Amino acid sequence: MSESNDSRPTLLVTGAGGALAQQVIQRLRTDYRIVAVDFREEVWLGPDVASYRVDFQKRGFEDLFRRYRFDGVIHLGRIMSSQGTRLSRYNANVLGTDRLLSLSDRYGVKRVIVLSTYHVYGANAFNPALIDESYPLKSAGLSMDLVDSVELENLATIYLWRNPELNITILRPCNIVGPGVRNTISSLLASRNAPVMAGFSPMMQFIHSEDMARAIETAYRQPHTGIFNVAPQDWVDYRDALEACGCRPIPVPSIPPVLPRTLLRAFNMRRFPPYLMDFFKYPVIIDGRQFSKRFQFEPERRLETIFRYYRELRYQS
Amino acid sequence: MKLRQYLKKRIVPEAIDRQVDRMRKVTGSLGHDPWGFQEDAAKIGMTLVRPVHDHWFRVDSRGEERVPDEGPVLLVANHSGQLPLDGLMIGYTLANRARNPRLPRAMIERFFPTVPWLGNLLNQVGAVLGDPANCARMLENGEAVIIFPEGIRGSGKPYRERYQLKRFGSGFMRLAMEHNATVVPVGVVGCEETMPAFGNIRPLARWLGVPYVPVAAPVVLPSRVLLRFGEPMHFQPDTEMTEETMARHVDRVRNTISDLIDQGLSERERVF
Repeated sequence: MSESNDSRPTLLVTGAGGALAQQVIQRLRTDYRIVAVDFREEVWLGPDVASYRVDFQKRGFEDLFRRYRFDGVIHLGRIMSSQGTRLSRYNANVLGTDRLLSLSDRYGVKRVIVLSTYHVYGANAFNPALIDESYPLKSAGLSMDLVDSVELENLATIYLWRNPELNITILRPCNIVGPGVRNTISSLLASRNAPVMAGFSPMMQFIHSEDMARAIETAYRQPHTGIFNVAPQDWVDYRDALEACGCRPIPVPSIPPVLPRTLLRAFNMRRFPPYLMDFFKYPVIIDGRQFSKRFQFEPERRLETIFRYYRELRYQS
Repeated sequence: MKLRQYLKKRIVPEAIDRQVDRMRKVTGSLGHDPWGFQEDAAKIGMTLVRPVHDHWFRVDSRGEERVPDEGPVLLVANHSGQLPLDGLMIGYTLANRARNPRLPRAMIERFFPTVPWLGNLLNQVGAVLGDPANCARMLENGEAVIIFPEGIRGSGKPYRERYQLKRFGSGFMRLAMEHNATVVPVGVVGCEETMPAFGNIRPLARWLGVPYVPVAAPVVLPSRVLLRFGEPMHFQPDTEMTEETMARHVDRVRNTISDLIDQGLSERERVF
């Protein structure tokens, strides 16, 4: 790839190993010169995309900023709450993001998109529906395992206000699902049998990874800064979602609360971690209307399309 | 979902199916709304409530046509009878209204969402966690919401205090003003006699984490229920409003409900 003759703006995309990042890159590669990084692996994304395996904490990461003089950063890379230890997640997600944002500031980056998650609101029996962006982030108080998600957001928010020249936009999407997505909920929808908390079936929202990639692209291309929920105006309860995907719900005893927690810890299921248990008991329904309005964005894929993909995936396997 | 579809097919009569379809609800592509309401579950719920409404409590309602056909409405009623049967009867009455039926949303106590099966079931038929943010959002969506400003002070009171209105919270008045919602007062007569309570086992209630455990008959008695809907009331938003003025507005609604209860009691020929 030629570095000097390319006049397109340069864009750093983190988390390049993930399906979402690859879809975002696909959408932006024509207009931007993309540099993709991932801390897990070096990903081949074609001859026009420079790809690196890099640890944000190492000196080599700063070399990328010196070399490419990024115009923008799309930060999608993070260790998900179902992966690694609390400490490794904290180091990668919080300290790694701090370094990324501090380098972005030092090297004159003009636009930053940070991907957060709706998990920051926390699953609580007393949550109202249609939570907007000003709602408190209760997750850290409910589970230590989600502290890194909240800290990442808080950090990004500090930079958002302290360094306005970075033009930071933080996106809090609902469940991202679809082809190649490897998070907890996508694994559950793709499985033949999925645990449910007996007597509970919370309302959920799903956004297709292609729609989410388009949301990120739309956000990057427009100058609005701030914090935005990203979710369709469509809702379904967890059991109905599983059944629509052709998945059989397997009830886990839900009372007293200590029982399911003990059972899940004992089985140590990666696709149904105990600290996400409450997200399968209580709804966390977010209001994505502010993002839709500000960025003129509407998801295109309906729930039926999303669930059909998982049904067909099972049929093919 | 499969059980719901089976029940809908087997027990829901065509009339109820059509009646629920007539009520315009903002639902997603699979028939759910953000609070968990599900159209098919509402049809099954209405089918099951109908014999209770028509034959067990033989509900006699008057004035339900006063509830506006659309737009945000707060149905403010007295609360009684240990179980939220009053909300259920008000809800069914409006949903069964011949002209422009509405399925109002009932605000439920905060412990219900923690109860397995029941919490979900209540959400599916339209009940919503009693949180001011939820109520505000529903009024923004143009919903009709049933409010019991007495809260558990009303529903958990002993039989000797029947038809004595307890203190009204003022939250509903703020919401009505902020969202320009019409307030329709409702007097409920008869629910006090459905489950007369003679005491409250407080230690057991604390241990179970529920508001009260009444010493009451273990059955719901078939008393006649009278619902009296009052004239719609409008309260203009006023950012400068003092607590005293707010209290006066709340008292106006409370006094109207008291009059509607008296009207119902005078019209009631027998309890059962």
